[in-house]
Amino acid sequence: MAFPPPMRWDEAMNLRTRVISALVVLSTSAALTGCGSSDDDKTSAPKSETLTVYAAASLTGVFTDLGKKFEADHPGVKVTFSFGGSSDLVTQIQQGAPADVFASADTKNMDKLTADGLQGDAPENFASNTLEIVTPPDNPAKIDSLDDLAKKGVALVICAPEVPCGSAAQKVEEGAKLTFKPVSEEQSVKDVLAKVTSGEADAGLVYVTDVKAAGDAVNGVTFPEAASAVNTYPIATLKDSKHAALAKAFVELVLGTVGQEALAGAGFAKP
Amino acid sequence: MSLELGARVAERDVDASFEINTGQTVALLGENGAGKSTLLAVAAGLLRPERGRVVLDGQPLLDTDNGVDLPPHRRGVALLSQDPLLFPHLTVLDNVAFGPRSRGVPRRDAQQQAEHWLSQVGALDLAGRKPGGLSGGQAQRVAIARALAADPRLLLLDEPMASLDVEVTPALRQTLRGVLADRTAVIVTHDVLDALLLADRVVVLENGRIVEDGDTRVVLTRPRSRFAARLAGVNLLAGTWTGDHVELDDGGVLFGMAAEPLPQPGDRVVATFKPHAVAVYRDLPQGSPRNSFGVRIDELEPLGDLIRLRTEQLSADVTLQAVADLDLTPGTWAAFSVKATEIDVYRLA
Amino acid sequence: MGRTRTVGLPGWLYVPALVGAVFVLLPLVAIITKVDWANFGTLITSESSKDALLLSLRTSAATTVLCVLLGVPMALVLARTTFPGQNVLRSLVLLPLVLPPVVGGLALLYTFGRKGLLGHALEVMDIRIAFSTMAVVLAQTFVALPFLVVSLEGALRTAGQRYEVVAAGLGAGPTTVFRRVTLPLVLPGLLAGMVLSFARALGEFGATITFAGSLQGVTRTLPLEIYLQREVDPDAAVALALLLVVVAVVVIALARPDRREP
Repeated sequence: MAFPPPMRWDEAMNLRTRVISALVVLSTSAALTGCGSSDDDKTSAPKSETLTVYAAASLTGVFTDLGKKFEADHPGVKVTFSFGGSSDLVTQIQQGAPADVFASADTKNMDKLTADGLQGDAPENFASNTLEIVTPPDNPAKIDSLDDLAKKGVALVICAPEVPCGSAAQKVEEGAKLTFKPVSEEQSVKDVLAKVTSGEADAGLVYVTDVKAAGDAVNGVTFPEAASAVNTYPIATLKDSKHAALAKAFVELVLGTVGQEALAGAGFAKP
Repeated sequence: MSLELGARVAERDVDASFEINTGQTVALLGENGAGKSTLLAVAAGLLRPERGRVVLDGQPLLDTDNGVDLPPHRRGVALLSQDPLLFPHLTVLDNVAFGPRSRGVPRRDAQQQAEHWLSQVGALDLAGRKPGGLSGGQAQRVAIARALAADPRLLLLDEPMASLDVEVTPALRQTLRGVLADRTAVIVTHDVLDALLLADRVVVLENGRIVEDGDTRVVLTRPRSRFAARLAGVNLLAGTWTGDHVELDDGGVLFGMAAEPLPQPGDRVVATFKPHAVAVYRDLPQGSPRNSFGVRIDELEPLGDLIRLRTEQLSADVTLQAVADLDLTPGTWAAFSVKATEIDVYRLA
Repeated sequence: MGRTRTVGLPGWLYVPALVGAVFVLLPLVAIITKVDWANFGTLITSESSKDALLLSLRTSAATTVLCVLLGVPMALVLARTTFPGQNVLRSLVLLPLVLPPVVGGLALLYTFGRKGLLGHALEVMDIRIAFSTMAVVLAQTFVALPFLVVSLEGALRTAGQRYEVVAAGLGAGPTTVFRRVTLPLVLPGLLAGMVLSFARALGEFGATITFAGSLQGVTRTLPLEIYLQREVDPDAAVALALLLVVVAVVVIALARPDRREP
């Protein structure tokens, strides 16, 4: 195949200059921020340690705040997070990712970790989450109960049964003896939320915490059947952690009063 | 009047116009860049001049004054260039049938017409081949057949034999001679034989202007422009007639034989003489002949068993022996001398 | 039989060439080693896998047709005409090449979505694009169209206009010239563009998941199915990934344009 006319010489030079300056900027900033794992326990003072926490995407808000609190309580310690889908995170940890703490959105993924014997201390449940109906702010399909989701003509979006929020939705559906006809079964709860906030979908099933985080962009409808599908969040330190004491301290922060209050503030329930 | 062609293209400094009678073939001559191809492009509708007029058989194809500009496919003008440009994806037969089919002739009939034209140019045996496998001469024959099959009212040929081997040119020229016999056509060429054998008339362009226009034989035997003279293989010098001799434009005096119609004193004239009429010396001879020039030899070119010496303006044909005796090489100075009886003087029209 | 000797390549050139080849091939080998061959057949013949594969083939084929219908005229206009702003337009047309597909999906959503630019007009005509197979085709076309336009425009420029000029001189109108001369001459370039578009459509993920959603048999194409299966059954995901690779290779091999010189 052929691409558009080749670059002129001066354009190429220009590009070269830009690439070089970009590289310079990158390398300088890397040096300034101490990018990489330069903070080795043995060589540097114990007061500059980095704690790496792998946590489910739904914990992003709460854990970021808790991380700042933890850094304030432990001078010289830096907490970095990797937020993502629980199963992605487990896969990465199984492949040797340098995590010190893992917080999962469900017990199933934590079980994968313990099955491989990668956990330090035994996992502990620290929060739970339940489903809530979410609609666009004007609620165009007039949804006010779980039954309404099975109505004809309602563009319903839920998670695919393969992912945690989808299996929870399936449980609720079966418990209520309803048959949903979703227009889409999304990969993640964020995708469901996006379809609702953009107005494409009339309704979706997401977690209480997601509705809370979305604020005015959506309208939440709670329903009693949600109690039949409670998602439990476990947390554990990892066996290969080089900062075992700090990892333990972080888990304790999450399980303690401060952590629990923060979680409750974000809409999480007790485990 | 069959074709009226006139155009002014400021960008290429071309401003020329001429007319052609029905069935006449005109050879358009001139240096590279003189504007020959520009005129063809205007006629074919590939170039729109600032001001121009092309009328074919009474139908205006282009008339910038009146906003007429027919697209190429509606002009009935076929252009044949030195590159045959046969459609590579079609067989020879389908290439030739392309014109008829574009006119809406059914496939069968179009192919019959194609066969007819292929046999006219002696290329019927190539009908089933793809252009990729043809020689240059074969391809150009097919291209001629293809142009003719389109039934053009005007045929334009832009150096049709320039890229062919010398061996195949005579046969192809013969083919063209038959084909052009009764056609209105314009042929751009550098070859005096093309002009002599194919054209009824010659139009010479210099710097975008027409400097000579006339019957082929007359122009070639009595050239009035330097280009036509070189094409005809004669020397040509321009000047003013005094009643006795020619005062040359570049200075100097030339004695020659005035030809009919006799020039009057003060008339612009050209003096022509053949290269083999020139005698060459190493130094200017004393006394007669009167017509002698000191020249610097630029180039030596073999010409049969003679050598043609070229200077900036003149040529002389001498024997190999003479070249050796006079020790002539490019850059040496010599004297050219011509007898007055060998020089023809024509009045410029 | 003698072999034509060509000007040799500099010896050092083979090293990066080899590194490049290994770089591309090694991940494929890695996938193959991860395949659970004992259950391969079962994994790729599950109902959802078959649905995803068929949907991918159907939508990619439809995308290719749409790319030809829209891309051929675009390439012609870009290659054969000049107008002010043409270079800007060309750059914009190529934008989907560099745009992250997810952004492409968002852009489509803001265009064809219920609250998008055309949303109201579509609603009036009772056309619902989001969550439909049509949305998948639109998403794929959005990302695949530049491939066809770029390769065809290149072919058109290489072919030049000399044959078209000759054809017009023989009395062929613009449509005849296009049909009988232009198109046949750039056919290899067009086929290459179609293969690229099909391949790009087959692998399309980001724009689809953002714009079309994900529902078995309707919008869940093979890449979406792979992404989903990865959550629960990595073996199935790997098996499907290999299937996708094989389909792509087969399509490219079948449609590879004949490289004969004209």
